[in-house]
Amino acid sequence: MRKFLAIYNREVKSYFSSPIAYIIIGLFLLITGVFYYLIVTSFVQYCMRADMQAQYYRMAPPKLNVNVMAIRNLFQNMSLFMSFFLPMITMRLYSDEKKTGTIELLMTSPITNLQSILGKFSAAVTLFLAMLAFTSVYMILLFIYGNPELGPVLTGYLGLFLLGSSYIAFGVFFSTLTDNQIIAAASTFVFILFFWAIGWVSAMVSPGLGHVLSSFSLIEHFEDFAKGVLDTKHIVYYLSFITMGLFLSFVSIESSRWRGR
Amino acid sequence: MIEVQNVTRYFGRVMAVNDVSFEVAKGEILGFLGPNAAGKTTTMRVLTTYLPATKGTAKVAGFDVHDQSMEVRKRIGYLPENPPLYQEMRVRDYLDFVAKIKQVEPKNRKKAVDEALGKTGTTNVGNRVIKTLSKGYKQRVGLAQALVHNPDVLILDEPTVGLDPKQIIEVRELIKSLAGNHTIILSTHILPEVSMTCERVVIIDKGKVVAEDSPDNLTKKLSGSMRFKVVVDAPRDQVEEKLRSLPGVKKVTPANAPGNKKLSTLLVEGQGKEEIRPVLVKSIIENGWNLYELTPEGMSLEDVFLHLTTKEEEPVQ
Repeated sequence: MRKFLAIYNREVKSYFSSPIAYIIIGLFLLITGVFYYLIVTSFVQYCMRADMQAQYYRMAPPKLNVNVMAIRNLFQNMSLFMSFFLPMITMRLYSDEKKTGTIELLMTSPITNLQSILGKFSAAVTLFLAMLAFTSVYMILLFIYGNPELGPVLTGYLGLFLLGSSYIAFGVFFSTLTDNQIIAAASTFVFILFFWAIGWVSAMVSPGLGHVLSSFSLIEHFEDFAKGVLDTKHIVYYLSFITMGLFLSFVSIESSRWRGR
Repeated sequence: MIEVQNVTRYFGRVMAVNDVSFEVAKGEILGFLGPNAAGKTTTMRVLTTYLPATKGTAKVAGFDVHDQSMEVRKRIGYLPENPPLYQEMRVRDYLDFVAKIKQVEPKNRKKAVDEALGKTGTTNVGNRVIKTLSKGYKQRVGLAQALVHNPDVLILDEPTVGLDPKQIIEVRELIKSLAGNHTIILSTHILPEVSMTCERVVIIDKGKVVAEDSPDNLTKKLSGSMRFKVVVDAPRDQVEEKLRSLPGVKKVTPANAPGNKKLSTLLVEGQGKEEIRPVLVKSIIENGWNLYELTPEGMSLEDVFLHLTTKEEEPVQ
């Protein structure tokens, strides 16, 4: 535990003592902020138009749901932006150690590979949580000026957290494969996109195969969280995705010893 | 303390280390000598548990490097060829981190870091960011990292690379002072380093051990004949011809120091252990030349090394 914490602390410090953390959090907030603004203004305009129409036809104004029409939309956009930003967090975790040779220090110290993988993974998740925490400002503003339901917001965040952690787990894996950070980030990104696209393909193939494909899709499982539905099958899916990523990282590090690269 | 038995390591089809065996006693400094790509680093990586051996076994402090790697790791300090430094960290934080993962007790950690800084002369840069240090200081921080948990065994891969002459002497003194308490393996391709610091040398070439002995013995064993440097103020060709005709002289090689046209320098090699100096001097004086210098040239470790690691045929005289 102490050694896990040593790795974890060093990684977190290294994120926050370099510009990486601030730039990634800043850019993520910039882009989600722009989309938040667009989504909320278009929702407000839509509401006003609906109100005017209702007055014209002398009907009661329609009840428009901010959860469905704005927040769910925002969560979906955030889940997409995360697939750009999280590979940038994870790309250096092992690639940099391989490039500078510090991996030799880690692998000749009395720490297990599992301790180092979990330490690094948790550090990246911590930075990701900081990123998510800042976006709560958007929600707080909606709660001040509107009356959204809290439930779907919380499940949405839980979904984002699980989805992001899955990205990170595989980001760790891809960074164990190469000493080049760009390659690590690019392959993580393409991998994530692939598991997104599987969901779209499922609509075009036979129903049986389509069902199988869509249950592999990273984003299909996120839909329910965004809608406010909490289903264990989705939680299990993400947890097994994370475990798989970390397990592959472990195998990759062990085998790189044998290959000597 | 360290036992290496028939260690062989392949990288794919390339054999990096071929059936290497040697032992190091407790408190000894062993020099690991060889040209680049001879298999020094690979052997050291096997010993530090970084790489598994394809065949053979190695034990450090009685623990097998493969089956009991965690026990081995606790007992070794390793300085790889490139010091494993986190560039963005401060020296003190870095050593504290290393002490943590090397299982130094929390209450002893500050003392351990201070000691490592003191031993390697890096106390004054303790608060600097590693990135900003000079190559020499980085190397020393690398050494401090290997020392911080006071390990039984130190494995140093070319520890004096990149240092200036003064620092090199300091590091060698430091390494010598560590012997006794620590068992040290030191790899290098700088020969004087070995004769100055090590009690025993293992010479490795193309993955195989080609010689193993003390530096003095190695030089003695391999220098069969006596060699002298002769400096005379006469045309080189004449001197060379004359000296070659003398009895007991096996070989004369001109070795003129550049820039001095008046004096000729020659290397004269005698046959066997026969003393040829009186003959040389007499002949030079009789020819009316002046003798400026006559110095014995023992076969240096450098020659031994070249002799063992190059397969060139002796030129026929």
